[in-house]
Amino acid sequence: MEFTPIIGLEVHVQLLTKSKLFCGCANFFNPDNPNVQTCPVCLGLPGSLPVMNREALRLSQKTAMALNLNLAHFTKWDRKQYYYPDLPKAYQISQFDLPFSYDGWVEVVLPSTGEVTRVRLIRAHLEEDAGKNIHDESGRGADSKVDLNRTGTPLLEIVTEPDIRSSEQARVFLEELRLLLRYIEVSDCNMQEGSLRCDANVNLHVQENGEAIPTPIVEVKNLNSFRGVEAAVEYEIKRQSKAWQTDHKRLGEVPKETRGWDAERGLTFAQRGKEDAADYRYFPDPDLVPVITTDEQFDEIRATLCVLPATRRTRYVKELGLSVYDAGVIVDQGREFADYFDEVSTVCGDGKQTANWLTQDVQRELNERKIQIGEFAIPAAVLGSVLQRIVNGDITIKSGRDVFTELLTRTDDGKNVSVESVDSIIANKGLGKEQDTGKIDAAIQTVIDNERNAKAVEDVRSGKHQAVGPLIGQVMRDLKGADPGSVRQMIIDKLMS
Amino acid sequence: MLSPEDVQKVATLARLKLSTEELQQVSRQLDGILDYVAVLNEVDVSNVEPMAHVADVANAFREDEVRASLPREESLSNAPKTDGKYFLVPQILETA
Repeated sequence: MEFTPIIGLEVHVQLLTKSKLFCGCANFFNPDNPNVQTCPVCLGLPGSLPVMNREALRLSQKTAMALNLNLAHFTKWDRKQYYYPDLPKAYQISQFDLPFSYDGWVEVVLPSTGEVTRVRLIRAHLEEDAGKNIHDESGRGADSKVDLNRTGTPLLEIVTEPDIRSSEQARVFLEELRLLLRYIEVSDCNMQEGSLRCDANVNLHVQENGEAIPTPIVEVKNLNSFRGVEAAVEYEIKRQSKAWQTDHKRLGEVPKETRGWDAERGLTFAQRGKEDAADYRYFPDPDLVPVITTDEQFDEIRATLCVLPATRRTRYVKELGLSVYDAGVIVDQGREFADYFDEVSTVCGDGKQTANWLTQDVQRELNERKIQIGEFAIPAAVLGSVLQRIVNGDITIKSGRDVFTELLTRTDDGKNVSVESVDSIIANKGLGKEQDTGKIDAAIQTVIDNERNAKAVEDVRSGKHQAVGPLIGQVMRDLKGADPGSVRQMIIDKLMS
Repeated sequence: MLSPEDVQKVATLARLKLSTEELQQVSRQLDGILDYVAVLNEVDVSNVEPMAHVADVANAFREDEVRASLPREESLSNAPKTDGKYFLVPQILETA
């Protein structure tokens, strides 16, 4: 049986505003204190009126720009009929025919093949989130509990074209989307807290007698982890290919099915539809007036965008000469880490050296201390100064590590460190690379003249150059800092002349 | 003409339970209303922009500022059933 999986994702993202979309109730995750962030507007009490949060729209438009979506100059809000206790108005304020953005794309690289793929976006629109229903799991049919703290939270819905062809691509798309949204600081995308949620529409195009036959589309809901998305899509592909072999049902022959994902058991299960006859009966919300945005206003928002992850990866590889792998590691750590990298590499002038230090020495310290780069005590300018001296040949890499360790010792003692600290550490420890050839020459002579080295000296003279190692070590110790390569050459020159 | 099925569907979506007599009565009434407004179909609107709102107003915003919410007790005060923390509603079936 030959088939192609056809997958589209619907992603819901809560925006990082202080207050809700249409009222002044606080927008933050607070499950332990239910029903303390509500007011007549989000409770849907008669006579209350919603007023649009300016910042929510600004964050939405900023997101659209980062997702290559076209922005509408004219947009409006509609009522979507929704009869469910977590939204007491019995309708959701959403956008129907004139969303604020449409036709975009996100580029994702598949780890397994390195292939660059483009996932097109149909639209992104701004709507209000519903509250939370908590169901009795005992099976005894007790009441459901409703917490309306979340009701009215600004929610961005991002809908892809069915361009995704594998569970891997679905996961990578979602990872890239999350990274991007976190870079531009529109959402914390905390999946445990539900600020990023995903539904997947999955079906197959089965090849039969030279024809591609579409199977019924299934919507899988409640995907709240990257692993969950990948596993649920993979499960659906297998389940649907088996179903095709037994029932041969085509798209349109059965109603669209909604399934849930059981992460513990690793399977999808049929869900009862919310509305028997799904009929949202959209109409323009008379409580909200349309929004018109000018090009100048769009430009102002565009100016607040940072360099996006994909652009950074390309720049690190093309301009700084990093490997694709290293560029990915740095960018995927998040905006703060990449900003830190940018600053260090600008100061020291060597992207590769910076990448080595950040992915090894710095990363190790962060892991050991269980902290993020934002909490790392060595400022980027100071680390940049250490690396600059290595790049310039003023100190050896080994001395650089000593300076790094000493800087951390000082910050652990609660002291601040600066570029001057680097100067003083190098001076106090005598880590500066000796540039005075006269001094180096004298140190070499002392080592050669030492009785204990007679055997090694004789070996080198007779052509066994590997015997020079211990001699280099002694010279280096005496000088505290020197370039081992040139010391080696000077010893050999001296003994062979 | 509205079919009884159309009316039944609208009634279901509006959570109304109608008897057979009521269904017929409401069907007749709805037909009358639709006939009445059908006169609007005679107006030529080919050169009229679709209207998004009756008021000729746009861009009504509030700044992103937090205001005090209601105390929980007050939020729950109109609910038919609560446990003092949550609204309680008859069980919602989600799983099959």
